[in-house]
Amino acid sequence: MNAAAAISRPKQVPLAAVSESPAVRRTLIGLALAAVAAVLILPVSAILIEAFSQGISAYFSALAHPHTWSAIRATLLVCSIAVPLNCVFGVLAAWCIAKFDFPGKSVLVACIDLPLSVSPVIAGLLFVLLFGARGVFGPFLTEHHIRIIFAIPGMVIATVFVTLPFVARELAPLMEAQGSDDELAGLSLGASGWQTFWRVTLPNVKWGLLYGIVLCTARALGEFGAVSVVSGLIRGETNTIPLHVQSLYDDSHFAAAFAVASLLTVFAVITLVVKTIVEHKTAAALDGALAGRGRPWGGRA
Amino acid sequence: MGLTLTYLSLVVLIPLSMLFVKAGALDLKDFVAITTAPRVLASYRLSFLASLAAASINVCLGFLLAWVLVRYEFPGRRFIDGLVDLPFALPTAVAGIVLATLYSPLGWLGRPLAALGIKVAFTPVGVVLALSFVGFPFVVRTVQPVLQSLAAEDEEAAACLGASRFQIFVRLILPTVLPAVTTGFALAFARALGEYGSVVFISGNLPMRTEIPPLLIMSRLDQFDYQGASAIAVVMLVASFVVLLLTHVLKWWGRRIGAWG
Repeated sequence: MNAAAAISRPKQVPLAAVSESPAVRRTLIGLALAAVAAVLILPVSAILIEAFSQGISAYFSALAHPHTWSAIRATLLVCSIAVPLNCVFGVLAAWCIAKFDFPGKSVLVACIDLPLSVSPVIAGLLFVLLFGARGVFGPFLTEHHIRIIFAIPGMVIATVFVTLPFVARELAPLMEAQGSDDELAGLSLGASGWQTFWRVTLPNVKWGLLYGIVLCTARALGEFGAVSVVSGLIRGETNTIPLHVQSLYDDSHFAAAFAVASLLTVFAVITLVVKTIVEHKTAAALDGALAGRGRPWGGRA
Repeated sequence: MGLTLTYLSLVVLIPLSMLFVKAGALDLKDFVAITTAPRVLASYRLSFLASLAAASINVCLGFLLAWVLVRYEFPGRRFIDGLVDLPFALPTAVAGIVLATLYSPLGWLGRPLAALGIKVAFTPVGVVLALSFVGFPFVVRTVQPVLQSLAAEDEEAAACLGASRFQIFVRLILPTVLPAVTTGFALAFARALGEYGSVVFISGNLPMRTEIPPLLIMSRLDQFDYQGASAIAVVMLVASFVVLLLTHVLKWWGRRIGAWG
């Protein structure tokens, strides 16, 4: 949205009195670029350089290692359960928040945000307290030979907890900004509630939903603290990709650790690209919606 | 509506309340004994001070970057704008190992710094560094929209009335942006308090020196000391809730200023 707003601003020559002299401007830009280079660009390039430091064949043999494959499988399994769950929840929650007014709404919003302010390690701890060997349901679970902690189910629950807010947080403001006029139009033309939802509400927020899912997936793929508490770090079984990176690093297989880390880095970059595209699209869509309502400043054609 | 609440309570509220139940089962005396043990206190102190330092660094760099991104045109501006969120997108474990490698005594940056007598890896400096990486986007993202919405007319009017550029900055721009800066600071601080993945690699986890509370929770869990872990966790959680509450107050303050400005 920022980028789009910057574009729409008419280009004007800044007055000397309301802008800085070119020398100051250049220094500030230089400083900012240096900061970005040191803080952001350097680490990413270091990941790639370290990953290939033992040569390309070492890179691919690290990726082809059975433990890497099992880590990828475990991560994908966890994501494929946690992300759809939170996606459905996020749409429901955003729908409640945006389209209805009820007492305690701000409490609901705050509760959805809670996982963001809980340290990941504590998030893991919560589920150990519930399902661990000496947890609340511990005796019951051992009796029935169900393993949750130190197994995939625990990792799924911990991931669900950590990634719960993302879709709802993306969608709620978007739905709120678009209002319920479109839905009302659909309903008054004879569509059922379900039809309205599928044909009007969802298409209106599809870009925000996409970004929410990408954020949720990125976090689910990369979650470290919470999952490391509940996974038990069994290699070839409950190691996810980030945990596998840690095991490799702790065993001083640095090049291999960075090779696996580069997979996660690629996904992080994809996330950023999607984010940029989506911000562009939603800004345009919102502008269109506002123009349709005859706002005085209209939209861009 | 009902579904939302059920899911939320199953996944978030019930587990969270369990934590307080577990810690509440402790005697007050035991609770105090666990949470004020020297090693635990040292970790709280490190976490608090390092988060404070990291959030302050984030304010300086973040404000600079937001200013430059909003106010100036230069090649690659869009690219950098997109790149700012990298620390959010990059898994913390990956950030942790790359920072540890860069700043280790043999690393690209660690070696020249070591020659200058500055040790980063395995010291509190390393912890601050990792935390400031993780919190980097917060201040940029809170300040950017406010800077963008500043009306050029106000500055032009001030200039017409004879204010110098410095006066305009201190008396017009700074007060408007201040709530956003503080919100960004609080968000970065809150995130830093709970951070685990990016810190454990660079800190070296030396008892009393570079241990952070989440690490102590981990080691208590490894010994199946659930109550000890819960006690430490409750203190951390309460601290982060206080910070969260403060950010809400700050947001309200920001809106009030916005309405009056």
